[in-house]
Amino acid sequence: MSGPKPLPPIDDDTRAWWEGLHRGVLLLQHCRGCGHVQVHQRAMCGRCLGGDLEHCPASGEGTIYSFSTVYRPPSAEFKDDVPYTVVLVELAEGPRMLSTLVDAPPETVRIGQPVQIVYDRVTEAVTLPRFRPLASGAAPP
Amino acid sequence: MARSLSGEVAIVGVGETPVGKVPGKSALWFNAEATRVALADAGLDKSHVDGLLTGTSFVAPFHRMSVAVSEYLGIQPTFSNTLEVSGATAAASIGVAAAAIHAGLAEVVVVCCGDNMLSGMTRDLAVKALVSSRDPQYEAPFGLLVPTTFALTAQRHMHEYGTTREQMAQVAVTMREHARRTPGAQMQAPISVQDVLGSKPVTTPYHVLDCSLVSDGGVAFVLTSAERAREFPKPPVYVLGAGESYTQEHIFCAESLTTTGARISSERAYRMAGVGPADMDVAGIYDCFTGTVVTMVEDLGFCAKGEGGPFVADGQITFGGRIPTNTHGGLLSYCHPGIPGGFFHIAEVVRQLRGEAQGRQVEGARLGLVHSLGGGFATNATIILGTERKA
Repeated sequence: MSGPKPLPPIDDDTRAWWEGLHRGVLLLQHCRGCGHVQVHQRAMCGRCLGGDLEHCPASGEGTIYSFSTVYRPPSAEFKDDVPYTVVLVELAEGPRMLSTLVDAPPETVRIGQPVQIVYDRVTEAVTLPRFRPLASGAAPP
Repeated sequence: MARSLSGEVAIVGVGETPVGKVPGKSALWFNAEATRVALADAGLDKSHVDGLLTGTSFVAPFHRMSVAVSEYLGIQPTFSNTLEVSGATAAASIGVAAAAIHAGLAEVVVVCCGDNMLSGMTRDLAVKALVSSRDPQYEAPFGLLVPTTFALTAQRHMHEYGTTREQMAQVAVTMREHARRTPGAQMQAPISVQDVLGSKPVTTPYHVLDCSLVSDGGVAFVLTSAERAREFPKPPVYVLGAGESYTQEHIFCAESLTTTGARISSERAYRMAGVGPADMDVAGIYDCFTGTVVTMVEDLGFCAKGEGGPFVADGQITFGGRIPTNTHGGLLSYCHPGIPGGFFHIAEVVRQLRGEAQGRQVEGARLGLVHSLGGGFATNATIILGTERKA
């Protein structure tokens, strides 16, 4: 290892999202004006530009929309983690989010596979959302 | 009739520095030296330049790169900007330069771009610099390698259309064959599909030989109005069409991973030029990864959606095929100094249209397309170039 991994620089747009994750809740923004649901945290709706947004807990379930298993780390801090699989998860609520898989050997990963969120407390203040295959029968973290 | 710059501006000079591993020079020098060569090619003294556009540098991140380059060259332009739409900066900058000239903001615009990612920083630092271009909250904490954004699109293309690793690998093999015809190309050793498949995995489905190079290099162009273009020693190459598209910043916000903004940018460029993909004689397509070219030949209209794999595997992107592409060897085998990479595609298409591509000339080439892209297909820009003012 050579130094800590990058942590998200939490800002006014994203604070509620990260605080939710730290409590073990995936919060999606629902627009009260047009019904749009977004992962990408903004103080306005990305569809109608309305400012009346509500954070609602998501199911935490989705399917793998695409994936890539990383063998060459982006920086030395990730050297001990390879190979790890980056996933684009399509949430049951519609929007997609980027994460990494846990409990999933690279050769078993498939597009369309059902996954469930796992809350990975990486520091006292930050929890990263990761995903685990639903059908893999892996032990809980 | 929509307002249009089609046929109003021409490229009258092109210049390159040596590329590959070129130690002992600064990022600014790669910009300035390419400009010096381009001005000599145009037979023009620097005092005539009143506009300068460039892209950003990873090694020398000046806040005002275009101004720093101008100072290095000892010129004081009255139109200048540093464009920053990642890989798409290349084609986009030609459109902006043409618009500025057509609008009367400048008469002679230099478009240049240079960087020395190979000699100016370690490979690890170069990779890290690229990582810094990803979102610090939604992407970087997950160890998102920049190639991973493109790998996610390739994986999805394989899933939706049955595209194979072998088909994608053929792009790398073809680019290497082209580079072997091009003096000064960074990579000259022949490779096979098996070599690509057997190279070390980077981020699946991409292995080392599916990924573009890290290089030093600079390239520059001189543009002026079509009225003045005939005064110059080399045959003018006219800007006939330009189009751009910006569909999202984050890969997780992309509506599709397999149909991109390239469809929009190319449709706009074709419409402006009054041509279609079937009219193109030669192309430069941003080949940061092998699979990128597969998706692009579809979105640029050279084949139907989903048929990009068989298209590249059947020899359609090389000499004698439907659309000879990256005849210099592209980012995969000629050079890829970062943001400048896509500008070399433009230089090659200009040479093809001038009939100067010795040993790799597409005979009688009159119309060419250059497509630049970046950020996991977040940014797309297309230009159409031609030997005549009207296509």
